Amino acid sequence: MPIIKVQNLYKIFGKEPERALKLLKQGNSKSDIMKDIGVTVGINNVSFEVNAGESFVVMGLSGSGKSTLIRSLNRLIEPTSGAIEINGQDITKLSKKELAQFRRSTISMVFQHFAILPHKTVLENAAYGLKIKGMSKKDREQKAQDALDMVGLKGWEHQYPSKLSGGMQQRVGIARALATDPDILLMDEAFSALDPLIRKEMQSELLEIQNKMQKTIVFITHDLDEALKLGDRIALMKDGEIVQIGTPEEIMMSPATHYVEKFVEDVDRSRILTADMIMQKTSTVVILPKEGPRVALRRMQESGISSVFVLDKQKKLIGIVFAEDALEAVENKETSLERIIREDVPTALPDTTLRDMYPLLTGKNLPIAVVDEEKTFKGIIVRGAVMAKLAE
Amino acid sequence: MIEFTIPLADWINDAFEVINYHLSPTLRAASRFIGEIIEGFENVLLWPPEMVMMIIIALLVGWLANYKIGIFTFMGLLLVYGIGIWDETMSTIALALSGTLITLVIGIPIGILASQSSILERIVRPILDFMQTLPSFVYLIPAVMFFGMGKVAALVATMIFAMPPAVRLTILGIREVSKELVEASHAFGSTRWQTLKDVQLPIAMPTIMAGVNQCIMMALSMTVIASMIGAGGLGNVVLRSMQSLNIGMGTVGGLGIVILAIILDRLTENISKKMNKEKQVQ
Repeated sequence: MPIIKVQNLYKIFGKEPERALKLLKQGNSKSDIMKDIGVTVGINNVSFEVNAGESFVVMGLSGSGKSTLIRSLNRLIEPTSGAIEINGQDITKLSKKELAQFRRSTISMVFQHFAILPHKTVLENAAYGLKIKGMSKKDREQKAQDALDMVGLKGWEHQYPSKLSGGMQQRVGIARALATDPDILLMDEAFSALDPLIRKEMQSELLEIQNKMQKTIVFITHDLDEALKLGDRIALMKDGEIVQIGTPEEIMMSPATHYVEKFVEDVDRSRILTADMIMQKTSTVVILPKEGPRVALRRMQESGISSVFVLDKQKKLIGIVFAEDALEAVENKETSLERIIREDVPTALPDTTLRDMYPLLTGKNLPIAVVDEEKTFKGIIVRGAVMAKLAE
Repeated sequence: MIEFTIPLADWINDAFEVINYHLSPTLRAASRFIGEIIEGFENVLLWPPEMVMMIIIALLVGWLANYKIGIFTFMGLLLVYGIGIWDETMSTIALALSGTLITLVIGIPIGILASQSSILERIVRPILDFMQTLPSFVYLIPAVMFFGMGKVAALVATMIFAMPPAVRLTILGIREVSKELVEASHAFGSTRWQTLKDVQLPIAMPTIMAGVNQCIMMALSMTVIASMIGAGGLGNVVLRSMQSLNIGMGTVGGLGIVILAIILDRLTENISKKMNKEKQVQ
């Protein structure tokens, strides 16, 4: 169910937005309009939906309109035209009072430079949104404390922000946003001002919080790696328009335009490619107990490989058998594979990223078995295929 | 050559006469009110024996700022008493501080309002420029016309002179508050008043306090000039010394003003420093 539904949103900065809008809708180009009446088109006919509980990343370079877009969602910037439905209500039509109410209860925001009040303690900062709501001191401090505990700031309540590092200040920002228990969290380049290590840490923690609380997050970033890590879906913006919306895989693997392609070409694909995307689904296996060493050996000879995975009837992985062991077993006239199965097999889950599988792929020249949580065999990954996929 | 004259002086004289005539009752009431404030203040300062007052003031300063400034205040006042200008000094303090008080009561709200509306700011700015650049002797005249010779006229002149920095620095302080902080406050559904009260004013406080400091200093310097229209106090000592070419008396009066200025300056400076430290504003 979409919680945010944006339809044909326009934002024009300048003196005659109505006239510019008309010209824009008639199909005149942005640069012409800018030359003619001196306005800037911030958002140009943007439509998208965000589902409840989804983490939606809007990504683009500076000047692409992403900041304007996120500020339209809580009307820090008034859109020129279009509809923004949140929880089924068109928020562009809210009165001043209703808008304040909407901001207090439904939506909250985390800022690039934290926007923490320097004259208030960490606890007072976290309680800020609740204070605006008019909650009593005791209640709001309790809730703020819970939020601070969640972001790992227990023990810092009574410090002033100037004592905190950037990462910790942003935790206060996140705690403040979570404390009001909003449906939607807007994050405006929330981690861009942090240094790379802290940023990664914060990204992981945000994912954890998201898992726990199931908030809808709209996250703005100019960093594609960040977008790919955090986004359930990503909208790529350029010049005030959305160029492509899709899951990280879709954006990476099938860029809609040349622009998107340029954008993603430098990305480390090993972080996007997951086991189920590179595995071979049809692979040579032997099934226990009906097949013995003789069958295993023949299968290996047919496929030109030196080892083979062993499954049970339910397709659950048991282990691996090597050609030399199978040969020995055949010579000894053994009929069961049991004795020669080795159980220390490298395995990966279908959603393991290639990057995390590198350690398994180095060293011993064994294929990796892809299995799900129930150990059901899904496919295998061999080195050659990995190289081929990376080079694509 | 074309004869071209604008009788600006006549117009203004006429206008003032009309205003004076119609406003006379109001002005008299205002005059009485302001006069009572100054007199009350002065009476309080002069009521206890000098030594007791010295200790009270020194303790108050020490408590508001720090003990070093408290000690300096005591020594300074002792000197003032010793050179025989105690009454004049108290009278100047009363005038300068009541002038500052009234200036701030009017100036800071104007500054706050102007910071919220660019239209109001555009109206206020040229008036402030006018007030600040007009030679102070010029508005001694209307002050006397409206309020007669004496302390009230002096206070009004002081107010006109000392108001611009208070208003300006209030506007500046509030406008300076980072846009993101104001945006954050709005994003959480603050009303304008809540944003002002919880975010803008506390963060602007150091700048506003700098305005208060300047306001006090300017009020003090104006009380000297205003001695020409009967402000009394230390200015009067200086004025009399000028009239009689008495360099000794001039030095005594000047010294009193300098001591007062240093005490008030350090006091306000340290109050704002203390406030910042408590609130941990960077």
